[in-house]
Amino acid sequence: MAVITESIAAPVERTQGYWSGVARRFRRDPVAVGCAVLLLLLILAAIFAPYLGLADPYAGSMARRLRRIGTPGFPLGTDELGRDMLARLVYGGRLTLFLGITPVVAAFCIGTVLGLVAGYVGGRTNTVIMRLVDVFFAFPSVLLAIAISGALGAGIVNSLVSLTIVFVPPITRVAESVTASVRSLDYVDAARASGAGAFTIVRVHVLGNVLGPIFVYATSLTSVSMILAAGLSFLGLGVKPPEPEWGLMLNTLRTAIYINPWVAALPGLMIFVTSLCLNLVSDGLRSAMNVRD
Amino acid sequence: MLAYLLRRLVYVVPVALGVSLICFMLVHIAPGDPLVAVMPLDATAEQEAEMRAAYGFDKPLPVQFGLWVAKAATGDLGRSISTGRPVAGEVMTAVGNTLVLAAAASLIGFPLGLLCGFVAGYFRDTGVDRAVTALAITGVSVPNYWLGMVLVIVFSVTLGWLPAMGAGPGGSRDWGWDAEHLRYLVLPAVTLAVVPMGIVARTVRALVGDILSQEFVQALYAKGLMHGGVLRHVVRNAAPTALAVMGLQLGYLLGGSILIETVFNWPGTGFLLSNAIFQRDLPLLQGTILVLALFFVAVNLLVDLAQTVIDPRIKRT
Repeated sequence: MAVITESIAAPVERTQGYWSGVARRFRRDPVAVGCAVLLLLLILAAIFAPYLGLADPYAGSMARRLRRIGTPGFPLGTDELGRDMLARLVYGGRLTLFLGITPVVAAFCIGTVLGLVAGYVGGRTNTVIMRLVDVFFAFPSVLLAIAISGALGAGIVNSLVSLTIVFVPPITRVAESVTASVRSLDYVDAARASGAGAFTIVRVHVLGNVLGPIFVYATSLTSVSMILAAGLSFLGLGVKPPEPEWGLMLNTLRTAIYINPWVAALPGLMIFVTSLCLNLVSDGLRSAMNVRD
Repeated sequence: MLAYLLRRLVYVVPVALGVSLICFMLVHIAPGDPLVAVMPLDATAEQEAEMRAAYGFDKPLPVQFGLWVAKAATGDLGRSISTGRPVAGEVMTAVGNTLVLAAAASLIGFPLGLLCGFVAGYFRDTGVDRAVTALAITGVSVPNYWLGMVLVIVFSVTLGWLPAMGAGPGGSRDWGWDAEHLRYLVLPAVTLAVVPMGIVARTVRALVGDILSQEFVQALYAKGLMHGGVLRHVVRNAAPTALAVMGLQLGYLLGGSILIETVFNWPGTGFLLSNAIFQRDLPLLQGTILVLALFFVAVNLLVDLAQTVIDPRIKRT
């Protein structure tokens, strides 16, 4: 008896869900896994920065300005006000990552709802939402971000608001197109014929099928968002001094390129490495989830 | 076809109006009084009202918008609050300089991106393909304002080969087509070209790979065509999409050069915008963004039309 039960149970046990399949395919991509680990380390370092035994990122001294990389006590040198670069780079990740990731999360939520409504309801609602989106598409993203930030003025909240506005239209467009394609499938018709309400159909039958592609698309925007967020601070439109933030640090160190160029380039290197990892993880996710653009 | 072209042209009108509305609203989402920069500290209530009327801020918003659009349509974008000069003139000079930079970046980035993408797509899963893919993803991920700084550090500070700042000798603001000016163009143009190069390469690689895996390619080989002949068909099939991507990128270059212009002190629209932002010169901000956005709309329209013309499969009615 036992043998029979086992042979029946075994295939059931081996049946995998969609997400474990995605995880398995993702794990087979060494580049994506390496980047994911590196990203995780960067995020953990940013979160636990106060417990890492680093120097005070705000404490400077005119006596030790612009030390070179490898100076004893200052492994990555000091900035134009004599503050420890290593501490400022680790602490800087807090604001840069927060400012880069939050707008995409916010835009993901808003854009998915808008796209679902536009794609599922269709008709005039669709026309209104999608024509509005078209107008925002008439601006290059950098220009729109700078325009809104420039009008609102510098500040963390304004930078978050302007970047969220930049990313809602593209996410809405993707959400609308996947929703519209799922909506016309037979099983949605069947659900409707069996008397399910619009809300139930969207929650049970549509959402599960559209969230994946929208999520992958949103992850591909994260690197752009981070580069833009740091770019706004670089222009003086985001974080204000003396907060450590990679874009702002790059800006204040610009004058130092004639004295100590490689220290001045470090904050940008952090932005570059992070955005490269974000892109490679997003690419890995895309192929693991079989999403095609 | 003609009907489609006409409809596509007409469709530009609401988009342009929407763009104008957003630009117009920029002044009104801004905190504080837009006149604070020009109003003398000891202005009387009378003077204030007079000035408000002069700039048109005393009328209701929809009326202000209507008047602003009507004036913008005739080329009058108002006066800069900080310099008092007409905004339109200032923007046009700056747009000229930005166009020079964007054109140079396209001339560097597009051919390189097309070539890399094509080679990688054709020789898929070889060393060449992996190298191009790595290069393309680096290009897409690099913050170009930082890349600009690094290029300045290497080629200006360390090697001393090229100038680091400005658009001409002695901080000149006027562009000229001579060797001296071109030296100033090299670094910003290369910096600006990296992102579009990466994007074009990535798109074309995927495109060529897709086309090669279609059945008609095998049919072409089967009927005895050599590689060159097949390549011609691949190019023909990839051209419309590649063109669309390049058009979009050209538009992005116009709006996206702001950060690069700041790094290199290039006297284009980016320079104008950052001046407008930090002197809270809202008419100038509004005008510059309107002109750039309308350029982008026009480029998109041209790309759409060109795509319809060169791709016989797109039968738009």
